[in-house]
Amino acid sequence: MMTSRINPLLILFTVLVYIFLMGPLIIVLGASVSDTTYLTFPPQGLTLRWFENIFEISAFRRTIITSLELAFLATGLALLVGIPAAYALNRYRIKLPSWLSTVFVLPILVPEIVLGFSLLKSVAVGMQTPIFLTLLVGHMLLVLPYCVRVVSASLASFDFSIEEAAVSLGSPPAKTFFTIVLPNVRSGVIAAFILAFITSINDVSTSLFLTGPGVSTLPIQILAHVEQFFDPTIASVSVLLMLLTVAVMAIVERTLGLTFLAK
Amino acid sequence: MTQALTVQNLTAHYGATKVLEDLSLSVGKGELVSLLGASGCGKTTTLRLIAGFLEPTSGSIRLGDKDLTRLPAYKRDIGLVFQNYALFPHLSVLDNVGFGLKQRGVAPADREKRAKAMLERVGLSQLADRLPGALSGGQKQRVALARALVIEPPLLMFDEPLSNLDAKLRVDMRVEIRQLQRANGTTSVYVTHDQEEAFSISDRVAIMNAGRIMQFDTPETLYQRPANAFVARFVGFENLVPMKVAARDGATVSAVTEDGSQLKLSQDRFGAIPDAFVLAARADGLSVSTDANAEGIPATLGLRTYLGRAYQYQADTAAGQLIANGSLSAPLEPGVQAKLVPVPDQCCVLKPE
Repeated sequence: MMTSRINPLLILFTVLVYIFLMGPLIIVLGASVSDTTYLTFPPQGLTLRWFENIFEISAFRRTIITSLELAFLATGLALLVGIPAAYALNRYRIKLPSWLSTVFVLPILVPEIVLGFSLLKSVAVGMQTPIFLTLLVGHMLLVLPYCVRVVSASLASFDFSIEEAAVSLGSPPAKTFFTIVLPNVRSGVIAAFILAFITSINDVSTSLFLTGPGVSTLPIQILAHVEQFFDPTIASVSVLLMLLTVAVMAIVERTLGLTFLAK
Repeated sequence: MTQALTVQNLTAHYGATKVLEDLSLSVGKGELVSLLGASGCGKTTTLRLIAGFLEPTSGSIRLGDKDLTRLPAYKRDIGLVFQNYALFPHLSVLDNVGFGLKQRGVAPADREKRAKAMLERVGLSQLADRLPGALSGGQKQRVALARALVIEPPLLMFDEPLSNLDAKLRVDMRVEIRQLQRANGTTSVYVTHDQEEAFSISDRVAIMNAGRIMQFDTPETLYQRPANAFVARFVGFENLVPMKVAARDGATVSAVTEDGSQLKLSQDRFGAIPDAFVLAARADGLSVSTDANAEGIPATLGLRTYLGRAYQYQADTAAGQLIANGSLSAPLEPGVQAKLVPVPDQCCVLKPE
């Protein structure tokens, strides 16, 4: 029998990495249930009133809804543009110069703060668009690269002769896309949706420039709140935001299994 | 109903590059025709043009009395079998086979019945509910074959269907393909780079090079009577010796090689021999002789290899290095002066290039 010895140092490092990753989450979680009027860890007492408090502050109520609306709409629109773009880039890659696919990654390379600022100047101020619409455009630009990239990765391993087989059997190209291509890149589309959704709902830098009177997103509202108050509400909102992310992941885990994200 | 395929003066470009030039090809009803050639010769391009995945610059494609030239691919009604199987990964084997019927509006019950019957014919009925990912390469290709055949297409096309299978399975599958094709009497176009595969299952073979058909004939004719040097080399005529006619005496022609050695050839055997020609022979078409009076090409023997049925020699001649066979009873050493005597039945006369 072979027995493999695990280096104790390796175990130590593993534990440290886990603490490093989990620590902040545990502190926030602890602080959110603390029965004190200030942020503290470990929690003193146990209460859920700070969670109730979130919904009593109308600004939080409003911004949660705005954030969810934004995330769903921006992600949906980005996928609507991103999937066909990814398809075209992969299907006709012979004919297109490679720099064209790089264009879709530009929003990742450009600092978000620059994206926010330029949108503020050119769209919000320049075109006098409503705040929500500007935010939507900003978020869509922000998440589009994820959509194109992740769906592209999925399509890169898709054998397009499968599509040709369907066409040769009498399926028109548009129908083939929905009945043959899309079901086979489903996991990529869902992964793109998750990444985009989470990116949108957690975004600060771009939104900072684009929110305005009456319309704000949850992370921006958290920032605004922190400037004035130091009670555990802020921790409970953070937990709520975490839960939202975890919920999305959980749904995916249930429907697909998370392993595909690692692909 | 199966139909005859007529391709006329087809020219195609990839961007500015001409990949197919003025190609004409006719495949009779129920005939299996192979397009054979090295990669880049235009055989797959031809198939994709017929399938409708590419558009020709000029020329026409007709199937029976239907003009396919500008018809979208999904309306062409052609059964296709791909090199990498191209099964639908998310559909069961049965649904894969039934896909074409579904597109044709066949009712579900009838569809299932016909798909099952087709799976039975390729011997896979027990795998009907599996997903393609769970099948072996040979099974996948059978499903692909069933999927293409079940729609009863007027034309069936194969794009290197056996290239991804191992050697043993390749031989079994090609026999199976030929049997199914024969039984159904489906007009077929078969693209391959494998000469043995093409020759073994085809009624006729088109040997292609640089976007043109070099010769389109039965396998027997191609193998024994190549029409030009390219085809001759392709089917294994290693020795190409340029010659000139020195004298004609009735049906007998006296020809000389470049170094002046004389050979007598009969036009009864070779047909009309032009004044300048190329004598083509495989290794067993040139026999090594040490008889000083033999009429042949003088050579200095080089490396000898043992082939079981004969010895083979690398031989240096004025026409360059040739390969010839010698008898098993008298092995010869390198450096021996000998003559390479053409065996008339094994030689061809070609026009110079």
